[in-house]
Amino acid sequence: MASMAVIALILPEDARATGTTSEYDWDKHRWVYLIDTRKCIGCGSCARACRKENQVPEGMYRTWIERNAIPPEGEVHVDSPDGGEHGFEPDPPNAHVRKSFFVPKLCNHCANTPCTQVCPVGASFETNDGGVLVDPKQCIGCGYCLQACPYGSRFMNPHTRTADKCTLCYHRITKGLSTACVQACPVGARQLGDRKNPNDPVNEILATQRVQVLQQQLLTKPQCFYLGLDMEVR
Amino acid sequence: MGHQLIGSLFPNDVHIHWTLMIVLYPYVTGLVAGAFIVSSLYHVFDREELKPLGRFALAASFCFLSVATLPLLNHLGHPERGPMVVITPNFSSAMAGFGILYASYFLVVVLEIWFVFRTDLIRYAAESRGFKRMFYATLALGVYDTSEEARALDHKITRILTAIGIPMACLLHGYVGFLFGALKSNPWWSTPLMPVIFLFSAVVSGIAVLIVLYQLAMKIKGMAIERDTISALVRWLWLFMIMSLTLELLEIMTLAYEKAEEWEVIGPLLANQLSISFISVQMVLGGLIPLILLGIVVVMGAYMDDRIRNTLSMVASLLLLMQVLAMRWNVVIGGQMFSKSMRGFRDTYVPGMFEKEGILAAAVILILPFLLLVIFERILPTIDHLRPNTSDLGLDLDPEPLAG
Repeated sequence: MASMAVIALILPEDARATGTTSEYDWDKHRWVYLIDTRKCIGCGSCARACRKENQVPEGMYRTWIERNAIPPEGEVHVDSPDGGEHGFEPDPPNAHVRKSFFVPKLCNHCANTPCTQVCPVGASFETNDGGVLVDPKQCIGCGYCLQACPYGSRFMNPHTRTADKCTLCYHRITKGLSTACVQACPVGARQLGDRKNPNDPVNEILATQRVQVLQQQLLTKPQCFYLGLDMEVR
Repeated sequence: MGHQLIGSLFPNDVHIHWTLMIVLYPYVTGLVAGAFIVSSLYHVFDREELKPLGRFALAASFCFLSVATLPLLNHLGHPERGPMVVITPNFSSAMAGFGILYASYFLVVVLEIWFVFRTDLIRYAAESRGFKRMFYATLALGVYDTSEEARALDHKITRILTAIGIPMACLLHGYVGFLFGALKSNPWWSTPLMPVIFLFSAVVSGIAVLIVLYQLAMKIKGMAIERDTISALVRWLWLFMIMSLTLELLEIMTLAYEKAEEWEVIGPLLANQLSISFISVQMVLGGLIPLILLGIVVVMGAYMDDRIRNTLSMVASLLLLMQVLAMRWNVVIGGQMFSKSMRGFRDTYVPGMFEKEGILAAAVILILPFLLLVIFERILPTIDHLRPNTSDLGLDLDPEPLAG
């Protein structure tokens, strides 16, 4: 339970004060994330909610949205202005785009994560319930994890001078709430799932539908699953 | 920001996290390893022609080693937590090995210096008075035995320590290459060749810096530059630079020929962002030209005027020092010029002059080991030691018996 003490340390003050986390048993959960790219409308609500909820510094992203526009011939065009936080401009009329879709991204909370492997002091760690977190009180700010993450999910927080990333809103999910991004999504493109909860609808989708993960060839075992992913998405 | 983004990058990938300091770190440790290898050629492999450098190379290695952690500490977001890498290491991290490797290598070098300079320390203590005497006596650790047997034992231990030091120097620097080579997230770094390339270029930089320093030191002291010493150093340098350059080229050629997915970013990277620093500096100016210059010295050496040999080797060494620095730059900065989306690039990266990890800080860190070397030379002369009138033992020079 020493690790639980670490968790308690990095939670916001209010979560510690209310004591609600003491009832939370991380062995009873296994969090996964499901994104249905077919539903995403690129409104950016998730990224805005994340920034507000987690006080993410400007210019850094714990979550972002990419727009993939694929013309019938030629190269795919991917853009993510301000991380898609403020939505997207419409395609120009002469763009001739036949296939276009949005891909929300965040830390994949990989089960075989390269980022915690390389942390020289163990400040970046995996929780028993599937989260990949950084303890800002231990992080030395070497940036090795930023280099090791193949998804660009980590950044150096200029205020704390430590590595920063999506926490799966750990301060919320340990209190029975959902993540800020899931809650803000108006179309249900993002879902948080608990593999240890047999009644969780996400489990039904993972069990019956064809899902994809990002950069599967790297064998990082992402725990963020996608529906409707195109082969062009990296 | 002074730079532009080309293509589509992951939004967190627009920053250069590993800056000039991380370029310097492998550069300085490379000089450490290279200088140590030269000293070992004398101490273990008995290359008599390198005798003038036996001690000097060791001192240089020590001075570079002393500053090797500075760029890292200056880079860390929380340098005050730096020691935690040694105190609470996470052994799954390649970086966690640094403290152990660095500390044990430092110990070997310090021990070796002590055994090599022990009789000198005793002599300096005997020759001096007051504080100076106390200083040298303290450094001698109260052991004042300069008998034939004691010196034979010193020699033996030095040999063993150097023999241990060679694989450690290789490990220390191979490890630095491993830090980059073992990251599957980055196609420009991820290759098992990386530690080997780092190691060979380390030896190149170490020999090159010794050629430069040896010639400078001899000029300053008004002593003769030994022809055999320079010729031997040039031969070793030529050999190691050929191997280093071959490996560097092999890596690129394999990727280009395979047309593997890595080439999607590495091709444009070499053609645009690194065209000057890789092709012009690392391959041509710092690669091809020294290869020819050193080749001339190696092949024509016997017929060559000393001044021409010295000048050619000096120029080639300076170019190679630049080449190895360019190689470090190309690896460290080059690997961050593209996004992990493999679809976007930064156009340039120019470090600021006065920023925390900027050019000025880098210059200070690079100059520091040379200042240390001057101080080292003041305390434990490695060059004056070569003058014919100072014997190995020298206790005949008006010795005053030491207590203890």
